[in-house]
Amino acid sequence: MGKVFAFHGGIHPPENKKQSTRTPIRKAPLPKLLYLPLQQHIGMAASPLVNIGDRVLKGQMIAEPVGRISASLHAPTSGIIRSIGPHPVPHASGLESDCIVIESDGQDEWIEHQSIEDYTKLEPGTLIEHIRRCGIAGMGGAGFPTDVKLHLGDDHIVNTLIINAAECEPYITADDMLMRERAHEILGGIRIISHLLKPSHIMIGIEDNKSHAIHTLEQVLKGCELNIDIRVVPTKYPSGGERQLIKLLTDIEVPSGRIPADIGIVCQNIGTTTAIYRAVHHGEPLISRVVTVTGDAVAQPQNLEALIGTPFADLLDAANVYENKLYRLVMGGPMMGVTVEHDQIPVIKTTNCIIAATIDEMPPAPPEQACIRCGMCEQVCPAELLPQQLYWFSKGREFDKARHHNLFDCIECGACAYVCPSSIPLVQYYRFAKSEIRTEEAEQRKADHARQRFEARQARLEREEAEKEARRKARAEEAARAQQARKNNENAAATAEPAQDISALKTAAAVARTKLKKAQKALDAARESGEGDISALEAAVQAAQTSADQAQKALDSADKPSAPTAPAAGADIKQLKTAAAVARTKLKKARDALKNAEDKGLDGLDKLRATLSTLEQKAEEADKAFKDAENAASSSTEATPAAPVDMKALKQQVSIMRTKLKKAEAALEGLEGDERSQAEQALEELRQRHAEADQAFKAAEQAQIDAAAAQGVDLKQLKIDAAMARAAVTKLERALAKTEEEQERASLEAELVTARDKAEQLNKTLQQHEPA
Amino acid sequence: MSLIRMSSPHVYKANSTANVMRLVLLATLPGITALTVFFGWGTLIQIVWAALLAVAFEAAILKLRRRPLGFYLSDGSAIVTALLLAVAIPPFAPWWVTAVGVFVAIVIAKHLYGGLGQNPFNPAMVAYALLLISFPVEMTRWTSPFVLNGEGWPVASFMDTLGAIFGSVEHIWYDSFTGATPLDELRHRGGLTTEETWRQSLVLSQGIGAWHAVSAAWFMGGIFLLYRKIITWHAPISMLLALAVCATLFYGFDPDSYADPFFHLSTGATMLAAFFIITDPVSSATSNRGRIIFGASIGVLIFIIRTWGNYPDGVAFAVLLLNLAAPFIDLYSQPRSYGHSRANKGRGGKA
Repeated sequence: MGKVFAFHGGIHPPENKKQSTRTPIRKAPLPKLLYLPLQQHIGMAASPLVNIGDRVLKGQMIAEPVGRISASLHAPTSGIIRSIGPHPVPHASGLESDCIVIESDGQDEWIEHQSIEDYTKLEPGTLIEHIRRCGIAGMGGAGFPTDVKLHLGDDHIVNTLIINAAECEPYITADDMLMRERAHEILGGIRIISHLLKPSHIMIGIEDNKSHAIHTLEQVLKGCELNIDIRVVPTKYPSGGERQLIKLLTDIEVPSGRIPADIGIVCQNIGTTTAIYRAVHHGEPLISRVVTVTGDAVAQPQNLEALIGTPFADLLDAANVYENKLYRLVMGGPMMGVTVEHDQIPVIKTTNCIIAATIDEMPPAPPEQACIRCGMCEQVCPAELLPQQLYWFSKGREFDKARHHNLFDCIECGACAYVCPSSIPLVQYYRFAKSEIRTEEAEQRKADHARQRFEARQARLEREEAEKEARRKARAEEAARAQQARKNNENAAATAEPAQDISALKTAAAVARTKLKKAQKALDAARESGEGDISALEAAVQAAQTSADQAQKALDSADKPSAPTAPAAGADIKQLKTAAAVARTKLKKARDALKNAEDKGLDGLDKLRATLSTLEQKAEEADKAFKDAENAASSSTEATPAAPVDMKALKQQVSIMRTKLKKAEAALEGLEGDERSQAEQALEELRQRHAEADQAFKAAEQAQIDAAAAQGVDLKQLKIDAAMARAAVTKLERALAKTEEEQERASLEAELVTARDKAEQLNKTLQQHEPA
Repeated sequence: MSLIRMSSPHVYKANSTANVMRLVLLATLPGITALTVFFGWGTLIQIVWAALLAVAFEAAILKLRRRPLGFYLSDGSAIVTALLLAVAIPPFAPWWVTAVGVFVAIVIAKHLYGGLGQNPFNPAMVAYALLLISFPVEMTRWTSPFVLNGEGWPVASFMDTLGAIFGSVEHIWYDSFTGATPLDELRHRGGLTTEETWRQSLVLSQGIGAWHAVSAAWFMGGIFLLYRKIITWHAPISMLLALAVCATLFYGFDPDSYADPFFHLSTGATMLAAFFIITDPVSSATSNRGRIIFGASIGVLIFIIRTWGNYPDGVAFAVLLLNLAAPFIDLYSQPRSYGHSRANKGRGGKA
């Protein structure tokens, strides 16, 4: 027998254990209805595998674990699933929780189950999985899924295995009786755990008030190959607390906020060892446990082997309860147990004791008196806290101070409340403070999250605003420059062609066009309705057309001469470009009209077609003029690099073309037949134009670059620009990835293309310049 | 079926504040007996008078504060306070001195701060200090031990003492029964060495035994409280040790000017303070470590006040000063909790 150390504090409440150890463990009668809570363990609630009305066999899995820290659930007997839904469960809150209700058919028919022949030959993982499938969770009190603890060997070095047989709470004798009657099963279970964890040392911690159990264990352990020590510790509550028992047996303290495995120790309850034994050697899942039924309100206090899910009432009946004497029903021990409000609450995997107490046995606590700081609580606190201070802080809601006094190291053992001469329900105060702090923390986290989100949003809005502002400024500058250029141009034009009043001609042409349109409309309407003087209208249209043509011709003739002279006069390419664009627009409109007419099967198609071809000519002319001008401009730029070439506008042009092209392509897909071929033609044209624009742009750019090279370029600026362009691209890409709306996406895509181009161009430029 | 729902734990030790107070009262019996034997009926009369006043004041103030009378009166704390004050004041002190003292203790020092458990100062010591400062003549007229009065047991008769306290007897009468205490003698000895004083003073050479006996009686009561775990050893032992160490150092350095450690431990209110005054849980430091600091500081202060102060005994002042320091001591005397490598200090939180 090894040395036993001591932990601080502790109390000696009346043991009341003798009553229930007089008779051996007896099987509880098979209950009619069993209530199986889906959550009997720490972690996630199990998820049901059965439906209402299913027949299940004894040992059949009826709920499977969800996630790593969870435990499965098995039918304790054969029967029919009656319902799955809320039912009162043994919990301090008194709330209901989801339960599977089985109506037993009385046959107690086992599902096929098999023991493991030789577990030592199995992979540890397989063996642990088997234990997990058997739904074993710690049977001492917390109900921690056992398989998780057995996996600990993977990332912790476990050198000590402690089997907790202290059973320090008064009244409870379930473990005591288990040791007296099933010591060989306990040893078998320890062997399995030892096989999995491979500890160098195994200790069984047991209080000295269980001499019979100690004796039995010693007998069984004789000649055992394992390094097992029975350590008899003095009877003192709460020596069975995991941390206290570790201190008692090893003199090591588990650091605050850590688990025993962090210091190489694993604790298992003695009841859990038998469950593991039965799971491995008999293939039986955890469907029953030993429950101490005791208290002054039962005639025959005893230990019953009860199926999980058995209502307390059945067990109380088996122990002959005096209904009229029953005052308080406690699940667990008198120090840490929870009261249950009625007897239909079921036995779960952690139910080690049911105390049916009379009012004399557990009278209501006397009224709370003032704390006189006598410090008796401090003397008994096993966690070496200052319960009196914690009480003041909890009561005064000084939670910061309570935390500073290690409130969260309190194990709620109740020793302080037990000795308090002022009958202060200290544990309640600590629970209150803990939950308040937890709530506060959760709220704090939520608030922090919200603040972060708000700040991020604010930053984004500011950034966007700044970008918008920058764009607006750029546009304004652009406009100012354009205005200046136009003025210059106008002056030039005025000097070149003083006689010609182009704007007057333009107006005349526009008026003529409008008239033509009106006439055309009237004609269409007349045709459709089949009324009116169609021929007269047709004549009117003809007349309007002629006049419009004339006006246009006059305008064109006035316009044309100015085109060749423009570059010579240092003219405005932009205007030409506009002219070309206008021509194109007209062309497009004409095409639309034509198409419309064709669709409707109207006559006058030939005329329209003719107009279209004229327009096409015009557009081409305008384009040509533009290009000529551009070429001239680019050649002049070469000569004088300082001359302002509007690269940006060009680029824009190119990108606009590209967008159009894309749109047209997209539109094309939706069309068929005649229309398709027409559209294809148009598309081809567009493509050409795009290519042209691109060329123009590139040429201009090349010119600029050359000029820059000739001048000695500001490489640094270029680099910065390139980097910025790249950044813009990534940003757009990101935005694109986030956006879901179709329209926004399209515009973003277009922007992205532009940005990419820009970035590429800049990069190229940079590369070109860099070698120099 | 509907049963009671309650939070754990479900069992309680048969223990109550009233029980604690009863045990304290029981522990004072040897001391009271010794005082009565050596100094006459005065002590007993004072105790009864003070207890009556205390209950009356407590009831009145509870009534004013609209608290349930029976519930609060039954805890017995008022009687303990009254008793501690009564054994501290001279047995022949006039009735009104006691009345003022009890009023100050119960009404001002205890209830004006919020009642039991809320008072920062030891009520009995607040009252004693106030009386000592306000009525120095009455408060320094301590009775001579009976051995100085002649053969047999010549203490003043019960009725005479009663009369003296309640003001119907001439001053001259009880002047014959009062005298300086050993601490007074040693404090006001002029230029004499300790040994010369000892030889000259009757109280020191013959009457000192009475004080020794009374101290021993208090000590017995203290052992009883320790045994019953009503108090812990931390404060009393550290106080006695600190006082003894101080006294030994100075006595060893200059025996002519300073009294020996045994004298310090066995006269005046040393033992009463160690086991009954500084162990008042409400106003002392909280943790075990804190109580060691608290007790030791009081021991040192008692020695300082006795040796160099204006008053022959300094228990009341020392205790009050340390009551003042107790919250501060609490900040720096948290125990090291299970699973922590170091004890927390200070206020915690952001500070």
